[in-house]
Formats: sequence, C-alpha cells, structure tokens
Amino acid sequence: MSIQSCVTIINEWDIVAARQLGRNVAKELGFGIVDQARITTAISELARNIFLYAGKGQICIDKLNEGGKVGLAINATDNGPGISDIRQVMEDGFSTSGGLGAGLPGVKRLMDQFDIESSPGDGTKIKATKWLR
Amino acid sequence: MRIPILKLYNCLLVSIQWELDDQTALQFQEDLLHKIHETGANGVVIDLTSIDFIDSFIAKVLGDVINMSNLMGVKVVITGIQPAVAITLIELGIGLDNVLTALDLEKGLEKLQQELGE
Ligand SMILES: Nc1ncnc2c1ncn2[C@@H]1O[C@H](COP(=O)(O)OP(=O)(O)OP(=O)(O)O)[C@@H](O)[C@H]1O
Ligand SMILES: [Mg+2]
Repeated sequence: MSIQSCVTIINEWDIVAARQLGRNVAKELGFGIVDQARITTAISELARNIFLYAGKGQICIDKLNEGGKVGLAINATDNGPGISDIRQVMEDGFSTSGGLGAGLPGVKRLMDQFDIESSPGDGTKIKATKWLR
Repeated sequence: MRIPILKLYNCLLVSIQWELDDQTALQFQEDLLHKIHETGANGVVIDLTSIDFIDSFIAKVLGDVINMSNLMGVKVVITGIQPAVAITLIELGIGLDNVLTALDLEKGLEKLQQELGE
C-alpha cells in the first residue's frame, strides 16, 4: 500500500517545496528529528541534482505500509542526459560541477535502501527508502 | 531575502533564522565579505541554532565563505549546530574540518576572542 504526492522540479524554489513536502510527510509518519533531517537532506540532494543536471524532473514521496512496516520512499525521476558510469558517481568526491561530490553517496548512507537506474539518453530514476523503527 | 549581519565591537554577528534557499545562501556569501571589508571587523560568528538541516550545497557555501574570510585575515566561528544536523553532515561525508565551532553564541564569542588573542 502506498500513497504518493509529487513536486515538479524546474527551479530552485521547487527544491525548497520538495524538502518541505518530505519533512511534513516524515513528521506525519512519526519519524524522529534525526530521521526527519536525514530525509529532508536526501530530498534536497536529489532535487538539486535534477535541477542542475537534468533541468527538469519530479520528486515523489510515497508513504509505505508493507505488512505493518511503515516507511517513506523518495522517488526522483528525470528525462535528462542520464549517467554512463554509475559506480563513478557513487564515489565520494566525484563531481562534474565543482560540487563536493557528496550528494549521491551521502543519500545512500542517509537512507536505508537506495536504487539507481540510469543510462545515457534515458534519464535517471532513483528510489531511496527509510523505514520507521 | 537577506540575512542581517550585525556589528558588535570588532566582530560581526550572523544568526541564520530561517531555512536557506540557494539564492539567499549565495547572497549571504557576498554580503558577509563586503561587510568585513566595510567594517574592518576581525572576527565573525555564524549561529545556526535555528537551522534543522544542511545539505551538500549549503555546506559548500558555508565552507567557501569561511575560507574566503580567512583569506581576508578574518576568523570565523560556527555555533549552534543541532545534533540532527551534526549527524547528517557526517553521514553525508562532510566533516567541516579545520572549521572553528562552539556549542552556542556565547561560547562562540569567547572562542573568537581567544583566537584573536584579546
Ligand atoms: N539526475 C542526474 N542526471 C545526470 N547526471 C547526474 C544526476 N545526478 C547526479 N549526476 C552526476 O553525478 C555526479 C555526482 O552527483 P553528486 O550529487 O554525488 O555530486 P555533485 O552534485 O556533483 O556535488 P554535491 O551534490 O556534493 O553538491 C554529478 O556531478 C553529475 O555528473
Ligand atoms: Mg549533487
């Protein structure tokens, strides 16, 4: 079972809107302060990557309830240029924009599950999930 | 929106009171350097008590403005980092190494005076 709400990412203000949506859902589901910060930070990283590298895309927040297990999933999708070497972008410090290169490896550590699907020309799809303990 | 920068004796005092968007963060970087130049201040305290998350972009802007201020001969102390912010920063892989920090504004001002040898 899942209930979804989405924010379209086109400009910098949409990044703010996406993390506010995520924080509100996290609060509503009963996540504590630290997990709220983890989820907010992860959304901010994924939304900013969409804005910077794809120009346009979507952040959708799913409320999950799987057999009594409650969780929150962040779905980040875009039809941008895609990523040719996924292993490389998952390394700490790798950046093509002069950033810290902390975004993607950071999101993986902040969340419980992390899946990325991307190939050049096909855009990028990332799903990151946090479970309520 | 601009972040107010106050002058107190030889120091500048900044308290970030709301969630930073990218534009505000970049504007702050510029405003702080101009204010340092204008006032001849030799120390800055940036208080983050009201900030409940920091992502890699904001961390980079903060780290950069600290390095830029150091280049101008000014010491910067960051204060009030909340537990949740400290945890997520480390998990992101951002240690803010070599950055002067203190628990709260009062301790930050003390640390600054020590650093400045006054
Ligand atoms: N949605 C995307 N579409 C295409 N390329 C992407 C996308 N997201 C990330 N990338 C590529 O992966 C690299 C690493 O991303 P990551 O978020 O880890 O670091 P960064 O954005 O460069 O810096 P930081 O996030 O620390 O500010 C980026 O520099 C970019 O080349
Ligand atoms: Mg990034």
